[in-house]
Amino acid sequence: MPTWGFRMSEVTFFIEVALSGLMAGVMYSLVALGFVLIFKASGIFNFAQGVMALFAALTLVGFMEKFGMPAWLAIIGTIAVMIALAWLIEKLMLRHLVNQEPIILFMATIGLAYVLEGIGDIVWGSDVKVLDIGIPQGASDYMLDNFNIYIEKLEIFAAATAGILVVFLAIFFQKTRIGRALRAVADDHQAALSVGISLRTIWVIVWSVSGIVALVAGIMWGSKSGVQFSLSLIALKALPVLILGGFTSVPGAIIGGMIIGVGEKVAEVYLGPFVGGAIENWFAYMLALAFLLFRPQGLFGERIIERV
Amino acid sequence: MSERTFGDTILAVKNISLSFGVMKVLDNISFDIKQGEIRSIIGPNGAGKSSMLNVINGFYHPQEGSITFKGETRKRMAPHAAASHGIARTFQNIALFKGMSTLDNIMTGRNLKMKTNIFWQALHIGPARREELENREAAERIIDFLDIQAIRKKPVGKLPYGLQKRVELGRALAAEPELLLLDEPMAGMNSEEKEDMSRFIIDVNDEFGTTIALIEHDMGVVMDLSDRVVVLDYGKQLADGLPDEVRSNQAVIDAYLGVPHE
Repeated sequence: MPTWGFRMSEVTFFIEVALSGLMAGVMYSLVALGFVLIFKASGIFNFAQGVMALFAALTLVGFMEKFGMPAWLAIIGTIAVMIALAWLIEKLMLRHLVNQEPIILFMATIGLAYVLEGIGDIVWGSDVKVLDIGIPQGASDYMLDNFNIYIEKLEIFAAATAGILVVFLAIFFQKTRIGRALRAVADDHQAALSVGISLRTIWVIVWSVSGIVALVAGIMWGSKSGVQFSLSLIALKALPVLILGGFTSVPGAIIGGMIIGVGEKVAEVYLGPFVGGAIENWFAYMLALAFLLFRPQGLFGERIIERV
Repeated sequence: MSERTFGDTILAVKNISLSFGVMKVLDNISFDIKQGEIRSIIGPNGAGKSSMLNVINGFYHPQEGSITFKGETRKRMAPHAAASHGIARTFQNIALFKGMSTLDNIMTGRNLKMKTNIFWQALHIGPARREELENREAAERIIDFLDIQAIRKKPVGKLPYGLQKRVELGRALAAEPELLLLDEPMAGMNSEEKEDMSRFIIDVNDEFGTTIALIEHDMGVVMDLSDRVVVLDYGKQLADGLPDEVRSNQAVIDAYLGVPHE
């Protein structure tokens, strides 16, 4: 009699692979989330988002190591730095580029990425730093004992944080005056001005929020693999996440990240041996390409409705 | 119709000139609007009517002239100052927040009425929540007034044109303006929709005492609604006066028809 012949250990192995992909995906999501916020409120594709995560993590480590601050104080300090940074970006960059083409704003953010990387290097140094703010490390005993699944505590922690962040942002966007003002600015600058919304304030707020999201991403990545300059490269992985989830959707960024995380891990483990491995490196981009061909607005992106 | 009486001058523009490069859009325009008045600005296409509204609410900054609003004289208005001092407006090409619901669009009109800071808002508790509810009630009253309960939760991008215009009026009203600028509120409407809109404009003026500056092409509507009319043509001021005076002004007739009236 033919059977599918799955053994229990194979099933657990699959779950383990998928779960670890899921958790890596959450990390991508955190970076993508910062992109979405700025894109939603200003239509700017912020190339510097990855570097902002790096910069935030560097600042955090710097505060802890050089000034001996406890973790909580260093986090508050870093949040203050990210808000100050948002304020400076508005004052020195965005203010002077009002009504410019999106491509010009995009180029400005490329410049911003180099500036931030340079400042980070000069102020905090370019060596790899250990970031330990007391997030639990190691395998989760609970999952190992009860389900025989190996999963890092850090990854569970990151997933929970991302979840809280999304709920928080969703309420903020949907239910508050400032959230409505953010969406209003994204839709129509002139109309927003006419009801007394200040574009500058909104920009400072949205860059601050995405700076704080970058800090969260920086903390998670830094705790996992140390704070190093290659951190800014994860921004590249956020790109396919955005294409998948839609540039304007907060839930899209999260789910897009998870799909890519799981997809690339599962593909690597199960298809890798047949094509010589390294699928993980290109899987996300191929998936993004397929989406660009068949569903360019992504899974959750807003289809632009134009009445003619 | 009983004799209408008006208060003091709420807005006066004086010798306004505006040009973009070599193009002179407004040339030495002066007129005033009295409290409680419905004041129309008319003229052929390209006369500078919308530019005039844009000067009043601060989108355009004129090179010459002054704007006096509620006793305060400025060289130029800023959009935020205009909004916070009680000027609200609608747009010729509807400028709604298309992704948002009717209710949310109208709530954005309450933006300046809401004061709690970002920290309360972020937490969505305490004063922020109370304020949200109070302003929500105000928005619901406007929805009742404009008779758009049925589309409260619908994203406005999907609504028919006439309703979008009505939602846009609602957003402007939500700010409880003292001066309401309406840029062609009836453009593209059928006669029934025009009647509805006319009724809303009269009711707003009557019930809330809101002063209204109106740009409109439908002469029947303009003559019915307006207390006084100013006429622009190619950026120049052709006439200013009561509807009947304007109607019989030869320069106005020529500008509109290009030939003498019979």
